[in-house]
Order: sequence, then structure tokens, then C-alpha cells
Amino acid sequence: MERRSLTATILVHAAALLLAAVILAPVVWLFIMSISSTTDLITKPLRWWPETIDLSRYGVLLSSVANSAGEAFVASLFNSLKVAGMATAAALVVAIPSAWAVSRTPSVGWSLYAVIATYMLPPVALAVPLYMALSALGLLNNVFGLALVYLTILAPFTTWLMKSGFDSIPREIESAATVDGARLDQILRLITLPLAAPVMATAALFAFLLAWDEFFYALLFTSDQRAKTLTVAIADLAGGRVSDYGLIATAGVLAALPPLIIGLFMQRALISGLTNGGVKG
Amino acid sequence: MTSNWITTRAWLLMLPLLIVMIAIIGWPLVDTVRLSFTDAKLVGTAGGFVGLDNYVKMLSGANFQRTLVTTTLFAVLSVAAEMVIGVLAALLLNQQFYGRSVLRALMILPWALPTVVNATLWRLIYNPEYGALNAALTQIGLLDTYRSWLGEPGTALTALIVADCWKNFPLVALIALAALQAVPRDITAASMVDGASAWARFRFVIMPYLAGPLMVALVLRTIEAFKVFDLIWVMTRGGPANSTRTLSILVYQEAFSFQRAGSGASLALIVTLLVTVLAVAYAALIRKSAGAS
Repeated sequence: MERRSLTATILVHAAALLLAAVILAPVVWLFIMSISSTTDLITKPLRWWPETIDLSRYGVLLSSVANSAGEAFVASLFNSLKVAGMATAAALVVAIPSAWAVSRTPSVGWSLYAVIATYMLPPVALAVPLYMALSALGLLNNVFGLALVYLTILAPFTTWLMKSGFDSIPREIESAATVDGARLDQILRLITLPLAAPVMATAALFAFLLAWDEFFYALLFTSDQRAKTLTVAIADLAGGRVSDYGLIATAGVLAALPPLIIGLFMQRALISGLTNGGVKG
Repeated sequence: MTSNWITTRAWLLMLPLLIVMIAIIGWPLVDTVRLSFTDAKLVGTAGGFVGLDNYVKMLSGANFQRTLVTTTLFAVLSVAAEMVIGVLAALLLNQQFYGRSVLRALMILPWALPTVVNATLWRLIYNPEYGALNAALTQIGLLDTYRSWLGEPGTALTALIVADCWKNFPLVALIALAALQAVPRDITAASMVDGASAWARFRFVIMPYLAGPLMVALVLRTIEAFKVFDLIWVMTRGGPANSTRTLSILVYQEAFSFQRAGSGASLALIVTLLVTVLAVAYAALIRKSAGAS
């Protein structure tokens, strides 16, 4: 530990406070808006802390009364869960065997570059044919159709993450088991997959967050409560004629909670995944 | 086991992924190419072959050129700001101070906040009548009358860049911090004994460790910023007066709002080509840094 002058110590602490304020202020303000009464939010000068704490909007959005704002919101919440869950599960099913194959067979390694290349594709390059195909198959405005489309993002991404995960498991363990007479399926089931469980969990979380965050395809391919996801529902609220800003903020808080909780608790795994190249802004 | 069998087995294991990728990525991409040479509509008419008409029309249109400039401006400015602030934040987080581990943990917040929620949040902050930015600037005396930050062509793009920067600089900071922690202590200590200035230490001792990871972050962020859609759609829809319209928004309008699938497809492929150039540059950089280390 290098020794610092008092001035340097004060400067470092001041800068740290500034950074903390920059990071926290917008998030905290979102939360304050969600618990402020509408009058507090439109008084001038603006009240930065509500006179009385108003939690009613959480009740409004999470209620299941027919034809209410809550019904639409809860429906979109479940759609997001369904679509993200199905797409993540399907992505892992196709990604795990391929990632293992690429990791253990250098001669097919080039195919991984093809996979990564598709991940760079802008969604607009696929959107028009996908729209026409979903329309022809009757899968527009359908959670299965949207989950299928999300595989275009999640499958390459999870393959990439799982491949580096398998790379970190020494193949000597598998060779040793082969010498002892184990079959390939036994090796994978009893040795490799249990060892890869933490990487699989990280890949699943990342994939889920990506799907939870997705907006472009959801905007194009869904139109009502049957399939609309949370991101589209929030964009509707923000862009619509809703005059209660607190309600918009509340929807934002609720949509942000799952990823924020995952983010804070899975910090270490997420950061090692991020710094290993699985970067998605 | 022969190597032949091992290769065959690998392909068999990859079969499910390959089928999925061909069905939902390969085929749509090829079909986008086909559509780009037709005057197909999104719904109804299949459209006839029109050769390069769509490309000529799109590339020569004032819309495309203006949008390309806006997109480049957005990508360059927001990524540059994210890199500079991100590295500064990482250098800070690498110092000793009270609450360091808490602050490091907080850095994940903007990254974890869904993009649409981030856009909505900043839209509320910039609100012309009741927004927090107007209120704060007025209350500390920097602003006389409330302004419509997203409603004026002069400030809208900057306001978007700030929102994008806030969400993405912590990611750069975390990547840079991981790289900083890999700098061996004895090297920095030795450089101090040798009397190197703080700047010289950063430039010649620390920077070599940062360069590789930062390069990766730089190119990936540039590609993402170039494809930007969500943030802009939610905050301005490309307005006011198309001053924040980026390429992805333009493709959306052409193909889906105006339902011109053919010219929309040609525009989408032009964007894809531009992103591919960035991605190839990325691959080259990765190979170079892998060869160097």
C-alpha cells in the first residue's frame, strides 16, 4: 500500500462520493417517484422527498382486476417470464452439446467464429423475413413465436459462454474416465456437466437477462396482452398519454427489480463473465 | 477412436444448434438479401425484381446520409465519453477508500437496469414540465425557465448520449478495473522508486495492461451504439424533426411503418455491412492482441 498525502486522501474520498452520487441519483429518483403522490411530483419547486409515502401504485399495477392497468401489467410480466424462460431453456439445450463439441474438437473450432459473427448481426437484418414467417405460421403476437425469435440472440451467446466454460475444465479428467471404461454419455452426465454447472448457471442468468431486456423484436412481433412483454408495456406507458409519472416510475421499478437483484447477488459471476468477453451493453 | 469419428461426433453434437441457426438466422438473412432486390410490401404483394433500385434510392436519399451522420455522432460521442469516464472511475475504484467494496458493487446497477427502464427514467428526468433536471437546475440557479431537453433539436442528441453514457460507463469501468487488478504490485512500486510521475506511470506501466481489454470493450460498445434502437425509440422516436433518428430507427420506419419491405431490407443490409466492417476490425484487433501477449 502506497502512502498518500492527506490532500490526496480527501480528493479520493470526494471523487468516490461524486461517483456514488452519479450512479445512485437516477435509480433512487426512480424509486422516489414511484412512492410520491402525484401532487408532490408536479409541484414547483419540485419536492425531492414525498410529503407522505404513497405505495398505492404498486397495488394498482399488481392487481388482477379485469380491464385495469394492473391486469395489462401483470399479463406483460408473465409474458416476459414465459418468453425469457422458454428462450433460455431452449438456448441451453442447443448450446451445451455444441459448446462441448467445439471445446473438445479443435478441428471444428472455426464454426465458433461463425456463431460469434451472427451475434454481431443487427436485428434489423433479420426482422422483415422473421415478421413474414411468423405471420404465415400464425405465430405473431404469440409467446412461443417470440421465444423462438429470441433464440437468434440467446443461442449464439450461450454457446460462446459455455464454450469458454468447458475450456476451463481439464480434458484430462475426461480422458482418465475413458481409460477407466466410461462411455461418452456417462462421462458427460457424471463428470463434465456437474463440473460445468456454475458456468451453466451463469450462462442461463445472462441469457435470461438478455431476453428480459429485449425490446426491438417484442415491439415488432407482439400487439396485445396475449404476448406483449414488460419492455413494450413500459414503452407504451412512457410514450402514451399517462399523466401519472409515478405510475410509469413504478412500472420501471418493478421491471428493474429482477435484474437488479440478480445483478447484486451474482456480482462475482457476472463480472467474471463480462470481463471474459461476454459483453453486451 | 479415430480423429474422423471425433470430428463426425462433434458435428452431430452441433446439429441441433446448426438447424436452429440456419432456420432463424441463416434463412432470414438470405431472404433479406432477396427482398432487397424487390419492391415487396410487408403485407400482401410479393413484389417484383427491381435490381439495385432500392440501394440506389436509399444511398442517394438525404434521409440516409443525415441518419448515418447522426448515428456516427451518437456512437462516437457516447462511446468516447464512456471510455474516458469508465477508465477514470476504474482508476478511482482501484484506490483505497472507505466504502470501496460497496461502491464497486453499486457499479452493477446501471448495467443491470433494463435498457427500456433506463430510457423511461431519463425521459422522466428530462420532462419539460415536471422533470428533475429542470427542477434541479432551476433550484440551484443555473436555469431561468424550464426547457424541453428532448423536444429541441439542439439538445435532444446530447440528452440521449448522457442517458446512454450513464448506463454503459460502469461496464467499461468494471472491465478496466479487472485489468488494473492484474497489474503486478512490484512493477508499480518499482516505477515509483525510479521516480516516475503519475502520468508516466499510467502511460507506460498501467496502460499496457489496460489496452487489450479496453480495445475489446471499445469495439463491442461501438457496434452496440451503432445498432442503437431501444433508447432512442423510447425517448424521442427519432425526433424532434428527425434530429435523433439513427439507422435502426430509419430501417424500422421504412420496413414497418411504411411497410416497404424491399427498400427496408436494402437499408438493413447496408447497416449490416457497416456493422460487419466494425466486427472485422474487432476480430483483427483480438487476433493482434492475442498474438502480442
